[in-house]
Amino acid sequence: MYTYSEFDESFVRNRVAQFRGQVERRLDGSLTEDEFKPLRLMNGLYLQLHAYMLRVAIPYGTLNGRQMRQLAYLAERWDKGYGHFTTRQNIQFNWPKLADVPDMLDALADVGMHAIQTSGNTIRNVTADHFAGAAADEIEDPRPVAELLRQWSTDHPEFQFLPRKFKIAVTGSPTDRAVTKAHDIGLRMVRDAGGAPGFEVMVGGGLGRTPMIGKVIRDFLPKADLLPYCEAILATYNLLGRRDNKYKARIKITVHENGLEAFRDLVEARFAEIRPEFSGVDQDWLAGIETQFSPPRLSDADTSEYDARRESDPVFRSWADTNLAPHKDPSHAIVTVSLKKPGNTPGDATAAQMRLLADLGATYSHDELRISHEQNVILPHVHRADLPAVFDALRSAALATANVGLVSDIIACPGMDYCALATARSIPVAQSIATRFEDLKLEHDIGALKIKISGCINACGHHHVGHIGILGLDRAGVENYQITLGGDGTETASLGERTGPGFAYDEIVPAIERLIHAYLDLRQGPEETFLDLYRRLGMGPFKDALYGDAARGRQADAA
Amino acid sequence: MSRRFTPKIVTANDLLEGDVIYLTADDRWSRDHAEAELIEDEAHAEIRLIHAARQSGSVVGAYLADARPGPSGPEPVHFREAFRAKGPSNYTHGKQSERHA
Repeated sequence: MYTYSEFDESFVRNRVAQFRGQVERRLDGSLTEDEFKPLRLMNGLYLQLHAYMLRVAIPYGTLNGRQMRQLAYLAERWDKGYGHFTTRQNIQFNWPKLADVPDMLDALADVGMHAIQTSGNTIRNVTADHFAGAAADEIEDPRPVAELLRQWSTDHPEFQFLPRKFKIAVTGSPTDRAVTKAHDIGLRMVRDAGGAPGFEVMVGGGLGRTPMIGKVIRDFLPKADLLPYCEAILATYNLLGRRDNKYKARIKITVHENGLEAFRDLVEARFAEIRPEFSGVDQDWLAGIETQFSPPRLSDADTSEYDARRESDPVFRSWADTNLAPHKDPSHAIVTVSLKKPGNTPGDATAAQMRLLADLGATYSHDELRISHEQNVILPHVHRADLPAVFDALRSAALATANVGLVSDIIACPGMDYCALATARSIPVAQSIATRFEDLKLEHDIGALKIKISGCINACGHHHVGHIGILGLDRAGVENYQITLGGDGTETASLGERTGPGFAYDEIVPAIERLIHAYLDLRQGPEETFLDLYRRLGMGPFKDALYGDAARGRQADAA
Repeated sequence: MSRRFTPKIVTANDLLEGDVIYLTADDRWSRDHAEAELIEDEAHAEIRLIHAARQSGSVVGAYLADARPGPSGPEPVHFREAFRAKGPSNYTHGKQSERHA
């Protein structure tokens, strides 16, 4: 894992000191709110519905036990004893007091963390595959590149006032677990004909009010060209991107309005200009970062303890079958710890849970933890013989829910329970769906299903790429929920399609239930997933299930 | 004839705590929606909002929100204001916890 250099350390401490002064000046009246707001946002501090919210970056979703323990400390010392892990591999504290925030940031700096560029029209926290460095299907660990991008983009003078925020995601695997096609820049590691690793570069993806799948701007970019090429994209966007209309300011609109070809020509021209300026220092730097991400020394101990427990304990087996993913070393496994116990808030962890996870990471996972964009915690390198002990410990803290990738493993943004931008609540909808399907005991029968819920069109809950997406809106002063079907955030990315009119708050859970019963009735077998069935049969049978045959007939007549 | 004015309250967030606050008729900031001054006159509402916005040393983002009279004071009209007045629905945090205490 990357450890802060002296430069990182002093940079972050400096920012905390600056912010401490800014807060003092706000409190003594020297700064107005208009002057202070951009300063606090640069440091991840929002003002939401009920309180301030501090958004802390977890770069590329990786943290160690000490950092996780410090997040627990922040939660207890300055918040209400919990934190909320987000779809952007950040953690949010929902109840800090303004005067405490500089101390919180100092405590974060103690463990090499910060909240810089978690807001504002800058390059945000670079996200990555949460199985990075562990996945069996990986070409290379993408995190060194993500760290290089983090260092390059932090306080980059040219990119502090972009037309709009800018998000980069990177995956080292052909299986896209980082939703790279829904990012301003998506980087997917591929090999060239000679076998050398490089990137397929996608640009102009994004969700929000105008969802778009990223377009391939370069089929293959050599690794050594990454920084100058990203800089060329950003520079082109910085000049061309619209500043007259907030809703047309993201790069997806820039690419869409100018056309990919024209945009690419400008990027390539800029790239040709600046490439010679990159003398190779960045590559030396990258090599240094790579040594810090050298793979852990894995034990080749016997795994029979795992096999025995799996044989004898059906609860353990169910958890293992659902929450483990193949590690590149077959005697190890990647453990996904679900933060989606039915009835709980998706992505929330208490301080006690964070401490336990920190301990488990330190003891059983080479001191590494990950946060996934699906709002779960990953222990990436667990030896199979240790899985029974990990499971027992997780169970003692209500963290052993066996539901990863299933109906109750729902992504939900904070929605109108916290967020000032939200138009409806998301959390209680997620809680009700999860609880309902737990009661029905159908979850494992339903199989792979991704439900994603956003409380406004900004789509923090990724609803467009949910197999079932739910979007909460305000319709004439009442919460109303639109459903989309067929979204997919992986390498086969697609945007969900709207089913039709939305549903009231008390109608949305029964509507989801009808959809899932329709799927169970129509599927050819358990191996045909909800998404497969949707792709085979389309919207028709789901519309029938949602609105009844009659409603469908009327719509057909009208068309 | 102009449309009938929907009664308003002045609300904001407290600078230090971030908590939701309401302007009262006697110029205090209350944490309780029911203590807010219910303003029935449009011109008066504008004046009260200007008065609130001037207090930028202690309050943030003052605005007018629709409200209606209730048995124990003004009540929110829109569900967003109802959530602001109560707290989140997933935990008994915010104002609802203060009431329990």
